[in-house]
Amino acid sequence: MSPLLALDGDPGMHDPSTIVLHDGKFYAYGTGGGLPISISDDGWTWRRAGSLMQALPGGRPGADVIARGGNNTWAPDVIRSGDKYFVYYSAPGTQPKAAIGLLVGRTLDPNSPDYKWEDGGPVVWSDGVEDSNAIDPGVFRDPTNGSLWLTYGSYFGYIRLVELNPKTGQRANPATKPINVAINGEASIMIFRDGWYYLLMTRGSCCAGTNSSYHIRMGRSRKVTGPFVDNLGIDMLQGGGKLFLASGGRFIGPGHFGLLELGDGVQKFSMHYEADLDRGGISVLDIRPLLWRDGWPVAGENFKEGTYQIESARTGTALELAVQGTPVGGLRGRGGGRGAAGGGGRGAGPAGEPAARNPIPAQEASQVSAEWPAGAIDVRMSPYMVQAQQKWAVTPVANAGGYPGSPYFKIAIAGTDRALTATAERELVVLPTFTGRPEQLWRIEQLSDGTYRVMPKSIPDTQGAWALSAIGSSMPTLGRFAADSDRYRWSFKTP
Amino acid sequence: MSRLLLLLAVVAGTTGAVLAQGPAPAQSTAPRGPAPSLARPASATKVVNADGFLQRWLILEPIRTNGQLTDTAVQAAIKAQAVPTEPSKVPRHGDKVAVGDAQLAWHAVDTIGYNVNLYHFAYALNKPTSNVLFWVTTIVNAPREMSGARLAIGSNAASVWWVNGREVIGIFNDRQSVVDDGVSKRLTLQKGPNVIRAAILNGGGATDFCARFLDEAGLPVKGLTVSLVE
Repeated sequence: MSPLLALDGDPGMHDPSTIVLHDGKFYAYGTGGGLPISISDDGWTWRRAGSLMQALPGGRPGADVIARGGNNTWAPDVIRSGDKYFVYYSAPGTQPKAAIGLLVGRTLDPNSPDYKWEDGGPVVWSDGVEDSNAIDPGVFRDPTNGSLWLTYGSYFGYIRLVELNPKTGQRANPATKPINVAINGEASIMIFRDGWYYLLMTRGSCCAGTNSSYHIRMGRSRKVTGPFVDNLGIDMLQGGGKLFLASGGRFIGPGHFGLLELGDGVQKFSMHYEADLDRGGISVLDIRPLLWRDGWPVAGENFKEGTYQIESARTGTALELAVQGTPVGGLRGRGGGRGAAGGGGRGAGPAGEPAARNPIPAQEASQVSAEWPAGAIDVRMSPYMVQAQQKWAVTPVANAGGYPGSPYFKIAIAGTDRALTATAERELVVLPTFTGRPEQLWRIEQLSDGTYRVMPKSIPDTQGAWALSAIGSSMPTLGRFAADSDRYRWSFKTP
Repeated sequence: MSRLLLLLAVVAGTTGAVLAQGPAPAQSTAPRGPAPSLARPASATKVVNADGFLQRWLILEPIRTNGQLTDTAVQAAIKAQAVPTEPSKVPRHGDKVAVGDAQLAWHAVDTIGYNVNLYHFAYALNKPTSNVLFWVTTIVNAPREMSGARLAIGSNAASVWWVNGREVIGIFNDRQSVVDDGVSKRLTLQKGPNVIRAAILNGGGATDFCARFLDEAGLPVKGLTVSLVE
């Protein structure tokens, strides 16, 4: 398994909906026959589970939807409203003649006795002549007043906005004209933060594998109805749009943004890549951290394996095995003398000769660990001195599950099997070996400011979610995560 | 700037008066007069301050060390200079302890600040302030059993701490005193008296410590009182 993979299991998907967490499972829907369902127990490993339309009479959109648009089923979005779920889906005919249909249900779980979808009819449509192509719905609840909004559209003409009735899912004011909010895109959706409404949409070409130029752009507005302008003040109705995410790494063509709120101030986003180079170029779902900078969302990175200094945002001290450190290169004299293994000291060397300037090699655990106790060792924090007991190898653990976007990780002193472990007392210890037990599996998630939250998968005999916490300048522990506290924020720096 | 002067400058707020007095004559061994930040306790008990800091302590006159502050050097110095103190037998003000050829006395002090300035303490007694070990102890009275508490300390420089006879904190190397630098794992304060004991080792320059208890949420524990054996 590579840590760079976009999710595990069967994440193949195109035009994913927003991911919804329902009764402990993650659900996403995509383009395809009958709107295929993808389910994950942990947000990391995904499986296919039939299609939404299987739960409808005839297994296809309602007649009114087909009449307004066509009988294709593409690019759905989903939201919970009261005790109902609304699924909006694209039902295009010969574009730009298209409709967006509504399904109404009370559970997302296909195994529930209450599982049932009802045809809610068409919500919006385009007649094939007007400057609109009514596909790619994106549904948004305004947190300031609970109102519900739908954006839709694709290249032909405008991205449009209508208000929805939160009780029925249908348009709140069907007699009013939709509001034009953007051009040159598709897969639009809104999010809200700190008094700003953000409109994200996908531009570029889709559906061409590694030749797809799909990418996500955005504008923002103080009003839900716009105007949405980019970082240079250009209205998205005039082609504006600040870049949010484009191709990178082994992934080509990100599109179809969806916000995933995990609580405790932790936000992620979902999208598909048109082509995952590590999976033969198929289109796949992915989940990544959502960061914020200067009032704009920023696409974060899922954690990558490597060797790191783990630095506390509280005081800047680094996590280390609680053993006496050895200066890199050996002890040095205070005034220019040379230690047995080290380079020159301050200023000139013996007899006034220039100090030696040979490179000092990195300190490896094998050079200094002979003095370390063999058994369990405490963990503490100290100023980072580039020493072996301060360098942690972080590697993904296969077949151990994960969390939205990532597998669990092993955190061990580099060059050893000495693994960071959570104790039943909600403290930390480094054990001499890694066994793969849940208390040695770590969830490492980027927070909105770019630092990371670090949590054990579980702790023996302990309920709840606990996170690595700098309770003191020199003391780490496990505490209840608080998004507004630097105690729980850690930076992973390359030594 | 020399390392010593640098360290003194860091704590200039508390050492300025000391610097202004200049070095003492080498021959004099008489006390120099009251430490500006410390006073003899004038009441039976003292409530922790608004931030939870313990401000009443018994301090043993400093013991000479080699000034090394690494983990192993500190542990070795503590072992070599161990002063017999049992949780059930806390010393009293004026008690004396034989250390080598010297008779060192315990002094009860209240500090006016959040921290205890050991430099003031030793300087006032005309005792060495560099390359020394200070034993300190106090008794914290808890109104009820408190689980999930943590002892949180700062010290200049290295220090090792015990609560009711169990070692709970060790911080090493040359360091400045920072609030909540060393913090114990969760522990239970028993209802009634709890004996806190520490060894603070200084290399050169300023030396002080501070201590308080934190609760499960990391907030200072208030309502504790401190008393010493009279």
